[in-house]
Amino acid sequence: MSIDQKVKDIIVEQLGVNPAEVTATATFDGDLGADSLDIMELVLAFEEAFQDDSGKALEIPDEDAAKIKTVGDAINYIKEKQGVAT
Amino acid sequence: MIDLQGRKAIVTGASRGIGRATVLALAGAGASVLAVARSADELAKLAGEAPAGRVTPFACDLLAEGAAQAITEAASALGGIDILVNNAGVTKDGLLMRMSEADWDLVFNLNLRSAFLLTQKVSRVMLKARSGSVVNVVSVVGQIGNAGQVNYTAAKAGLEAFTKSCARELASRQIRVNAVAPGYIDTEMTRVLADVARDGLLTRVPLGRAGTADEVAAVILFLASDAARYVTGQVWRVDGGMVM
Repeated sequence: MSIDQKVKDIIVEQLGVNPAEVTATATFDGDLGADSLDIMELVLAFEEAFQDDSGKALEIPDEDAAKIKTVGDAINYIKEKQGVAT
Repeated sequence: MIDLQGRKAIVTGASRGIGRATVLALAGAGASVLAVARSADELAKLAGEAPAGRVTPFACDLLAEGAAQAITEAASALGGIDILVNNAGVTKDGLLMRMSEADWDLVFNLNLRSAFLLTQKVSRVMLKARSGSVVNVVSVVGQIGNAGQVNYTAAKAGLEAFTKSCARELASRQIRVNAVAPGYIDTEMTRVLADVARDGLLTRVPLGRAGTADEVAAVILFLASDAARYVTGQVWRVDGGMVM
């Protein structure tokens, strides 16, 4: 499964939103209706689902998490951490 | 009757006093309990008193690095965490003028910091489950003050505020966070008080006697259970009417 699809699946499951709404430009707090706890849980779910480029569980520090505003941001962030060209 | 059949609980400070009574009350109501304390021997004895298989001893020092993570993992291995009782506590009494930094820090680290660290780890499990109940053991002296206990009373007052803030943060996920505030309870912690101090305390208790650990555990059991499903952010005094 592509990283894009995996990220979108996690978002659909965590936020209980319609897959069609999960576009690259959709914002978590605005378009997808997530509150601060939802976003924190989402970050934890990403950390569990992905590894970094050295194969260790992905760690998303708070300052990075704060910059992830849209679905596209999340996908790009995870790809970058995995050393995949975006 | 409160039924906790199938529920999984963690109780800290489990080997003595209120913690021990709480383990027995939760296990008696059907819960599986991870009993956390430093003494493996005391925990083994406790497990022997509970219905067979209901109490799993977990010997560890809450002040040790990584303790919260280890406890959370051990409890998760039992199949989840529905109930957390932050009961572990210590006193290091002394007058303000003579209180050492070490005694201040020890009391804060065990009574407040370790509860924060464990609640933080456990809340992640409860968030995913969209349910859970946390009960923190505070103290009436955290509300009214007590000469000779600036460290203990401040830490307990802190734990009370922590309880309320956690309740607000986690309420939307159906996780309830409450506290019980025992008054003068007959435990090893209060047995060290001088007779004069003890008698002085008793004159302030309308019910005219010290409480027992079981009487505190009964309220913890209630708050931990679905019987209290509409109760969160509350501090329930169990003090024979000492404060009202």
